[in-house]
Amino acid sequence: MSVDNIRQEFDDLVSWATGTLQGDEVLLASMRGETSDFVRFNHASVRQAGSVQQQSLSVDLISGRNHAEGSVTLTGHAATDRPRVTALLDGLRAQRAVLPEDPYLLFATDGVDSERSVTGALPAAADAVDAVAAGATGNDFVGIYAAGSTYEAFGSSMGQRNWFDAATFNLDWSLHLRGDKATKNAYAGTNWDDQAFQSKLDWSVRELAALGRPPKSLPPGGYRSYLTPAAMQEIMGMLSWGGFGLRAHETRQTPLLRMVTEGASFAPSVSIAEDIVGGVAPDFQSAGFCRPAAVSLITDGVFDSHLVSPRSAQEYGVATNGAEDHEYPLAIAMDPGSLPAGGVLDALGTGLYIGNLWYLNFSDRTACRTTGMTRFGTFWVEGGEIVAPIEVLRFDDTAYNLLGDRLEGLTDTAETILDSSTYEHRSMESLRLPGALVSEMTFTL
Amino acid sequence: MTDLETRLEDRLRSVLPADADYASARHVIEKGTRLEVRNGVVEPAATSHDEGVMFMVWRNGGIGYGATSDLTDAGLAVAVERASQWAAATSGRSVVNETPLLHTVGDYETPVAESFEAMGLADQIAMLVRVDAAMKVDERIVDRGAAILRYDVETLLVTNGGGRVAQRIRQVFPDLHATANVGSNTQTRTYGRAAFGGQGGLEVMAQHGFADAPVRIGQEAVALLDAPNCPTGVMDLILAPDQMVLQIHESIGHPLELDRILGDERNYAGTSFVTPEMFGTYQYGSELLNVTFDPTVAGEVASYGYDDDGTPAERTHLIKDGVLQRPMGGTISQARSGLDGVANSRASSWNRPPIDRMANLNVEAGDSTVDELIAGVEHGVLMETNVSWSIDDSRNKFQFGCELGRVIENGEITGIVRNPNYRGISSTFWRNLNGVANDFTTMGTPNCGKGEPNQVIRVGHASPHCRFAGVQVFGGEA
Repeated sequence: MSVDNIRQEFDDLVSWATGTLQGDEVLLASMRGETSDFVRFNHASVRQAGSVQQQSLSVDLISGRNHAEGSVTLTGHAATDRPRVTALLDGLRAQRAVLPEDPYLLFATDGVDSERSVTGALPAAADAVDAVAAGATGNDFVGIYAAGSTYEAFGSSMGQRNWFDAATFNLDWSLHLRGDKATKNAYAGTNWDDQAFQSKLDWSVRELAALGRPPKSLPPGGYRSYLTPAAMQEIMGMLSWGGFGLRAHETRQTPLLRMVTEGASFAPSVSIAEDIVGGVAPDFQSAGFCRPAAVSLITDGVFDSHLVSPRSAQEYGVATNGAEDHEYPLAIAMDPGSLPAGGVLDALGTGLYIGNLWYLNFSDRTACRTTGMTRFGTFWVEGGEIVAPIEVLRFDDTAYNLLGDRLEGLTDTAETILDSSTYEHRSMESLRLPGALVSEMTFTL
Repeated sequence: MTDLETRLEDRLRSVLPADADYASARHVIEKGTRLEVRNGVVEPAATSHDEGVMFMVWRNGGIGYGATSDLTDAGLAVAVERASQWAAATSGRSVVNETPLLHTVGDYETPVAESFEAMGLADQIAMLVRVDAAMKVDERIVDRGAAILRYDVETLLVTNGGGRVAQRIRQVFPDLHATANVGSNTQTRTYGRAAFGGQGGLEVMAQHGFADAPVRIGQEAVALLDAPNCPTGVMDLILAPDQMVLQIHESIGHPLELDRILGDERNYAGTSFVTPEMFGTYQYGSELLNVTFDPTVAGEVASYGYDDDGTPAERTHLIKDGVLQRPMGGTISQARSGLDGVANSRASSWNRPPIDRMANLNVEAGDSTVDELIAGVEHGVLMETNVSWSIDDSRNKFQFGCELGRVIENGEITGIVRNPNYRGISSTFWRNLNGVANDFTTMGTPNCGKGEPNQVIRVGHASPHCRFAGVQVFGGEA
């Protein structure tokens, strides 16, 4: 079924369901779906290859301040979907009769229609597999190719309609030398280009050669370090876990608590925003509110604005800016600095070039102290030259150090990273991040 | 079986290619409910109905999958055709050629002593309102919540060789949290941080004392505000069962997954420090360490009769008297590696293919009482309830944190400490196990992530209190 047909089916389904409402009922409906191919590789062979076609509908059935939420998978055919939606709405009515009024209910009553399509030229899945298999020959290639159409939609019984679809691919891979010595790379976008893929693969092969040198085992301690944009993605992922949401701040569970209570700050060169217009996420959310083009989260090192869901807006008496309930950024962007991206090894001099970080978590959440591991493509550098790969190290340090008084510079370009996550469905999140040079990063194991 | 189920089964069978070396259809319906009360307000009640089917076609050494939520005849035909196309496209390129899969017949259903439906929605909400309010023991409690998550999962696996496995799993995850704050000091206590789940009905709520927990949780959150930071140093460490869940999961469970050992996860979840030649000889832990893969434990989160490839499940020792015996690998991984494994090929839902996962992975009980473990500590800490977890991609160097620590001096608990953390290396940590209590406790986790495409799955763990010697322990920021 084409994306246009799916959009029409959704529009018809919401219109039909609106006609079945009783009394003062209001219906909010969100749909998410995809038609995707997934091909998993190990040792340059195929481990699993398959296709997934899925659609699910989430609804909030409201009467006054009473409401209940539910979801159901769709077939895409009115004859089978309408009875499912009828059963769902009947069940929600029965629940609603038991539930008390919700003081924090808030939904868009004068929402704006919107539509956005991110189109591209995706290769036939089998052709992409051929290209990957050909390029991977001779290397221990491990990873996943995920591609296809994804779509999200919102519709309400008040007539509002919002639509988003994207046709994208995301090839996420690593080349392995021995044990945990490996190099990581990704090729993602909307228009597949054989030469662009080969160029990235060639880069991986060159980095793999550097991993062949005898690894250096470093004792715990503080080391001057350069964090690539991919490593910064992990740092930013931790900050995003309660760092910017209003509810986490109001309940004092944010990792940036010291910014709120003690006036702590990052370096003046650190500015972070939720940049919806620069990302690939929909510009609407499940209660019908539209997201602004950008929300400044950290400006010149100082906390600026929260991400506010409709529910938090009602609970804390402020305006929503279109965040979902989790109040997690979907298109986070950090301003670049002035450190020439082509000269990071010279700027590092002697220290650690950290290609990736792995499995971060808070060792003291309210102090924003974070621990995690080095992983792919991490090297010891002396005199601006790569000397050797390192045995993995555990760091344990605060963001106030790494993005604060120990931050020497951010690269002059920021890299766009399309999230390769595929939990339940393909992610539409993205990041745009520079690399960071820090005078010292604390390693403990 | 209802007429509708019979018709669906017939339709699934009718589209399976008879000439394939192996073909299957796995139909899954997962119904979920979530009830939550937060700070006295009933959050929106949520229900979900997720349904779809995945076809697997194995032909001439190629394997393909096709999954769809479109259960019309046309939808099923498209999905099985996509699976066939992928099988053709991967023939000669797959990591495994001949199919080892069986055409099993069987069924399994979670025993339920007391159905949730007997309680009624209004009474369930009233109970949550009550326990949520009970956590407000002090003005410094700034956030609190009580929730019940339930899953009812029906799976039907049919194969082109007459196989048929039908299973129904019902899981319950109760949850409580209370957060206390003064200035920059925030402390949270939970009801096992979602670890106190299980299979069954209302009886799961009583297993770990849900009704009596809220006052204690609120009081402990407040008490942690005034508690000193956890001491730093090398000392004895006792882990309560709701931290052992995490310790077992990360430093025994993941390293023993055979697909990690075979390299499948190296681009995402990671590899393993365990290598094939270690099985049968490697001293994983002290002789007190006995670890079982056991999907037969009544009421544990991941009990089942068959895995998602249709392999019958049974209790198996993975580590016996400290010595590594076998990995957790399903039928396909066993064929690839030549190693014996277990029935652990599991998929998160109908839209993902099965891979090697944990199910119920348990540390068996010892002979000591918890008091005897404590009495044997001259200087150490007892830690409860996981809050932080981090481990390297070989599952070796780890650092974990807990919600609450209890300092032990000369065999007695002398007080509580906040922000307790510890770090170690899997390959040596378990050899320092020097005490195993007899309070075997069944638990689990609802969120184990792994796989490409990504899959999150619910896993069971059971353990008693355990004691370890010579562990690096430390606290949070001053």
